[in-house]
Amino acid sequence: MITLSPLRWGKPYESLDFKDVVHFDTGQPIARIGTVGGGIVGRDIRHAEKARQALLQLSPSELIRRCKHAAELFEKGDLKVGDSVQGVDDFVHQQSASTGLPEHMCRSNMAKNSFVLSNIDQILDCLTRGLELSIFSKGYGEEGRGVIVSYQAQTPVLGAVLPNNSPGVHTLWLPAVPLQIGLVLKPGSQEPWTPYRMVSAFIEAGIPAEAFSLYPGDHDVGGAIMAKTSRSMIFGSAQTVAQHAGNPNVQAHGPGFSKILLGDDVVDDWENYLDLMVESVLSNSGRSCINCSGIWASRHTKEIGEAIARRIGPVDVRPPSDPEAQLAAFTVPAMATGTYAMVQQDLAESGVTDLTAEFGEKLIERDHCAYLRPMVVHADSPDRQVASKEYMFPFVSVVACPQSEMLRRIGPTLVGTVLTRDQPWIDAAGSCTEIDRLNVGPIPTNRLNWLQPHEGNLIDFLFRSRAYQIAEF
Amino acid sequence: MDELVAKQAAEALDVLNEHTLRTVHWHFSDDTGSPFWLEKKQELNFDPLTEVKSFADLKKFPLFEDEWLRGGPIRRWVPKGHAGKPVYVFETGGTTGIPKSRMVIEDHWKDYELFSETLPEAYFPKGSNWLMLGPSGPRRLRLAVEHLAQHRDGICFCIDLDPRWVVKLIKKGWMEHLEEYKKHCIEQAVTILTAGHDVKCVFATPKLLESLGEALEERGTSIAEVGITGIFSGGTEFTPQWTRFCVEELFGGSPEESGVYMTPTYGNTLMGLACSKPIRAEDGYKISYYAPQPRAATEVVQFDDYNSVVAYGETGRVKLYTLTDEFFVPGFMERDEGEREAPFDLYPWDGVSGVRPFHELASATTVGVY
Repeated sequence: MITLSPLRWGKPYESLDFKDVVHFDTGQPIARIGTVGGGIVGRDIRHAEKARQALLQLSPSELIRRCKHAAELFEKGDLKVGDSVQGVDDFVHQQSASTGLPEHMCRSNMAKNSFVLSNIDQILDCLTRGLELSIFSKGYGEEGRGVIVSYQAQTPVLGAVLPNNSPGVHTLWLPAVPLQIGLVLKPGSQEPWTPYRMVSAFIEAGIPAEAFSLYPGDHDVGGAIMAKTSRSMIFGSAQTVAQHAGNPNVQAHGPGFSKILLGDDVVDDWENYLDLMVESVLSNSGRSCINCSGIWASRHTKEIGEAIARRIGPVDVRPPSDPEAQLAAFTVPAMATGTYAMVQQDLAESGVTDLTAEFGEKLIERDHCAYLRPMVVHADSPDRQVASKEYMFPFVSVVACPQSEMLRRIGPTLVGTVLTRDQPWIDAAGSCTEIDRLNVGPIPTNRLNWLQPHEGNLIDFLFRSRAYQIAEF
Repeated sequence: MDELVAKQAAEALDVLNEHTLRTVHWHFSDDTGSPFWLEKKQELNFDPLTEVKSFADLKKFPLFEDEWLRGGPIRRWVPKGHAGKPVYVFETGGTTGIPKSRMVIEDHWKDYELFSETLPEAYFPKGSNWLMLGPSGPRRLRLAVEHLAQHRDGICFCIDLDPRWVVKLIKKGWMEHLEEYKKHCIEQAVTILTAGHDVKCVFATPKLLESLGEALEERGTSIAEVGITGIFSGGTEFTPQWTRFCVEELFGGSPEESGVYMTPTYGNTLMGLACSKPIRAEDGYKISYYAPQPRAATEVVQFDDYNSVVAYGETGRVKLYTLTDEFFVPGFMERDEGEREAPFDLYPWDGVSGVRPFHELASATTVGVY
């Protein structure tokens, strides 16, 4: 069994407290993680400046070169992780076993993380809107039109309280390293695999180990990271996001409520977009914030919902190693039963119809885990509660709503795919502040262009743009 | 267990048996017992006065239900043998619903006087002043720690912390408010410690102790530098890892190196205070608690049979007994589990290590409140 130890500025720390990571289906331990308390985090963060100083010893271009090497090691290499050497297959098995994600989804999340790192130069180019990275390193520089610009780092390290079961989101903190900002990470208790392997790849690729701390532990560790670092990110529920709203030091990533909106000019041809809708709902077992949780149209909504239901309704549980497996397990069965109870409440409202009812039982309970099979519901109006819901399994509500009301009623939308050729409506969608990432035309919500900044640009978060004047004297 | 310890353990059991007999007679005799137990006696299918002859016989009683402690009248717990004496009431819980109340006359003093005997003079010098950094209000801690200081010829400075408000803050997710409240408490403690009051000994809950150390270091000083030599900590769960962090990083090394000694404790309003076997790096900072026998006793019992203790080293649920002339608890199932520890020369009776929330209740418990 693999043992993972905390990492304190690159140095492994032998904890006396261990927590088991267990197999989602059998309950058998597959790893043990040494944990620390918030006190250790607080003490270490006092020395955070050393992490940035270590990274500043290397130029951004050299760091980019090493990041690309790290990407290769992460995706293809054998790496020292904890007390073991971990191959790619080991990683995939371990991640699948603890998160309940089918193995092919683990591989695809791995590829996603690796892609971001191996294209880090282009991603930084996009995040910085084309600025020379030396400006961030030095603090100021020539923008290219005779103007000096200055960007001041707001923190020597980025803290991150990482999620338990969403390996794709690690792409968000990766660019900190070439920006010469150290990392203080609390790995998820069921998904320690990506941060551990990624940090190992960074170190193996020659990035200073002093730049990295990994602190597995309980809630007080997350609390300490957020309280002691000047900039941190956290992943959680809508409640978590609300809790940190308005705090400039925290970037909270929660549910996406991503949606597809069909314009009146194309809605009669909805069948052309069925594949796009199915992919947006079903990919990655519906777990991602970029999965579509709402499809809005002014007409044909019942037919749209029924067509999607025919495609995803029959999807059933398969073994995690099956390349056709589409569903991830809930590793905490109570999460599934609780979610299902909430769905039942949604369905009790008049005007809400379960279009997947004919495809059998939805809640599948096992000894140590549970599954929820895909569901499509129809809401005859945006007034129905289910129109603003998102769940951690393939679940979509198809909502009947006049186009003229849609943009003011959709609510927060991380990714909005707007299917229309109606230019005034496209312009209105562009102005709609509820939509974060706008896809105009047939782009599934889950297809990200990595060369476009994700919500909450990391540059704006980690650096402050300010005036910097130099006079000769 | 070596021969000497086995002999000491046998003697301790004799003392416990005799003490049990005396305690049961006190609580179930018409002229000394409490209205609660005298009434309860009618429901029992045995006569405690004739059928309890040893500590083991306490298993004849049904388990003590903490619900009995919710609500009044509190007087029904006062033994007639103590009629006319001033009575304190101490509470536990109370975040939601009616708190559990326990009446006390002098038990909190006696508990802490006994505990005082376990404190090494080198680190808890007689005559030194104390700081009490923890919950007061309806809890016994403030009065008990203050009595401990006075019993040791010192004066106790107190900082209050309201754990019920802390639990509410956690449940509401008001973490910023929680941080501010913690800071508010710690600032007062730092003020006392740096105001020339010659405080050498401290009671603090683990979390507050950690915050105190951190706050002192942020001000360029430390626990050792402000003159603290003895720390009595308790109130919430201790882990070996946390203890190691305190000793190695917060204090700056073992007591011999840093001059700071910490004793973890385990206790509650029902039982009193269980001391720990001295903690050592060589033992992996293992923390084993021993109840103040014969006034109280703990057992580690099987999860499926609360009347059978587990073998040494095995895991079970913590069961406690309180056997004072003020309060009688013939077997109460704690909300904790742990491993059964063998007697040793200092405490020749069973102990419990690795105390943590009982796994079947853990998810419903807010741990680390203060």
